Amino acid sequence: MSIPLHYYLGLSAVLFAIGVAGVLTRRNAIVVFMCIELMLNSVNLTLIAFASFMGDISGHVLVFFVMAVAAAEATVGLAIVIALFRNRQTVNIDEINILKW
Amino acid sequence: MSISFQDVIATGPITVVSIVALVVLIVETIRDKTELLTCWISITGLVLAMIVAFTSIENTGTAYSGMVNTGGYANFFAVVFCIAGLLSTMLSKSYIQKENIEHGEYYFLLLLAVVGMMLMAAAADLIIFFLGLELMSVTFYVMAGFVRKRQASNEAALKYFLLGAFATGFLLYGIALLYGSTGTTNIESIISRADILPPNTTFLIGLGLLLIGLAFKVAAVPFHMWVPDVYEGSPTTVSGFMSTGGKAAAFSALLLIFAPKLVNLVGPIQEVLAVLSALSMIVGNVIAISQTSIKRMLAYSSIAHAGYLLTGVVAANASGTKGILFYLIAYTVMNIGAFGVLSTFESKDRQNLTFDDYAGLSSKKPVLAGLMALFMFSLSGIPPFAGFFGKYYVFVGAVEAGYTWLAIVGVLMSVVSVYYYLRLVVLMYFKEQAVISEPTVSSLGLTALVISGVAVVELGIFPSTVLNIIANFF
Repeated sequence: MSIPLHYYLGLSAVLFAIGVAGVLTRRNAIVVFMCIELMLNSVNLTLIAFASFMGDISGHVLVFFVMAVAAAEATVGLAIVIALFRNRQTVNIDEINILKW
Repeated sequence: MSISFQDVIATGPITVVSIVALVVLIVETIRDKTELLTCWISITGLVLAMIVAFTSIENTGTAYSGMVNTGGYANFFAVVFCIAGLLSTMLSKSYIQKENIEHGEYYFLLLLAVVGMMLMAAAADLIIFFLGLELMSVTFYVMAGFVRKRQASNEAALKYFLLGAFATGFLLYGIALLYGSTGTTNIESIISRADILPPNTTFLIGLGLLLIGLAFKVAAVPFHMWVPDVYEGSPTTVSGFMSTGGKAAAFSALLLIFAPKLVNLVGPIQEVLAVLSALSMIVGNVIAISQTSIKRMLAYSSIAHAGYLLTGVVAANASGTKGILFYLIAYTVMNIGAFGVLSTFESKDRQNLTFDDYAGLSSKKPVLAGLMALFMFSLSGIPPFAGFFGKYYVFVGAVEAGYTWLAIVGVLMSVVSVYYYLRLVVLMYFKEQAVISEPTVSSLGLTALVISGVAVVELGIFPSTVLNIIANFF
């Protein structure tokens, strides 16, 4: 007996919501970034579920691209955090506020 | 599924810029003090890509197994992105010297961003669209933080990165739901299935999430919070490039996915787009009035311009689409010009960026002041400059589509915008005050500014040169 499609979709929707909630509530730049990764991975789950239930290959292909892009984003993102930390000694996004009107 | 040599030729502009980007990177690694060389390689490469795009504009079709569109629309935008890249490169040379950030990878990143933009405009498939968007965004994150030792630049990069990646999450979830509800990632099939499908919640939610992601990239209210901070903190030439090339790329993809056919079929989307457009025009223009920094004013004006452009998407007819395409090329030259003057006048540590610093500029630097005035007139949409015709066609499209209220909001807000654009002109010409520092203008930068100025006037007086090319696409 296989698991029905909407179980997968429900799980990934919940994961996505947790990711969004995390981005909106957490103040540490790295934790925020981890929540964004959680959002991307929940999307991957959705894509895989759809692709597998439709017997279509392009969903699987997109997941590989998403993983590659997420890795590139992680590299750049962590580099930016390090550059910032060197100048400010903080990664708390509430304290990073010199630009404002 | 195989890649043939024909595909490589058919997507000529993308191939050329990719190769040139790699050449720049290799030259930078194997030799020291290559800044001048890499700058000229980039300029040559972009000119070459522009010529290739322009000559193959008639060869419409697809390449790479139907994943990428070639010719027509894709090549038109390829030319726009090459212009944006070219002008930015020329203006950057002296600016990055002044800021002490002259590294070869600056040009590499700039070229890579152009490749990403071209992929977005050429996307026939959501996978390619996603890849192009990310290639552009990731390079922008790096470029925003390019002045590594400056806190403002770090902060701009972090804000852009976190919010950009957050928006990417929504965009991807939208793509996944569209894929699930239609069973394909091909953009054209998705649009054509919109009228066969019964009213489908998954499909609508997917479209909505995709719209959130794209609205973030075009800087439409209420997804605009990053724009002022990022534009202010980034190196000025990078802000100019992001605001023109990045916006044009996002709109090229928006117009592909939210094509007139889809917008007309799915009523709720049209309403949502209209609200986004009106909000962007109102919020952007009203907040721009209260700014003291010109860079920040231009950031808010960029939000307002996103609103005008969205009016064309809402209209979803021939005039609207034509208007957007014309507007984007006009916006590219005039806004890069404005940022270019800013970058020339800026001195170390982000000085000379406020309105007051520009008082009396006309007596010290008549050419620079004249060009800045020209760009300001064009941005506010005063005829006979390029900005006027863009707005004109977009608003005509909205009236034809029955969105007269949106056109009225647009015209009223253009009147509001005249106040802050012309305030700068008044300060430059009618205020007597000693300009503290003497800006030095490099010949390369001045050439770029003059090209932008000539283009603004040319597009304003002979808009048909571009309109005739655009007319064949739809």
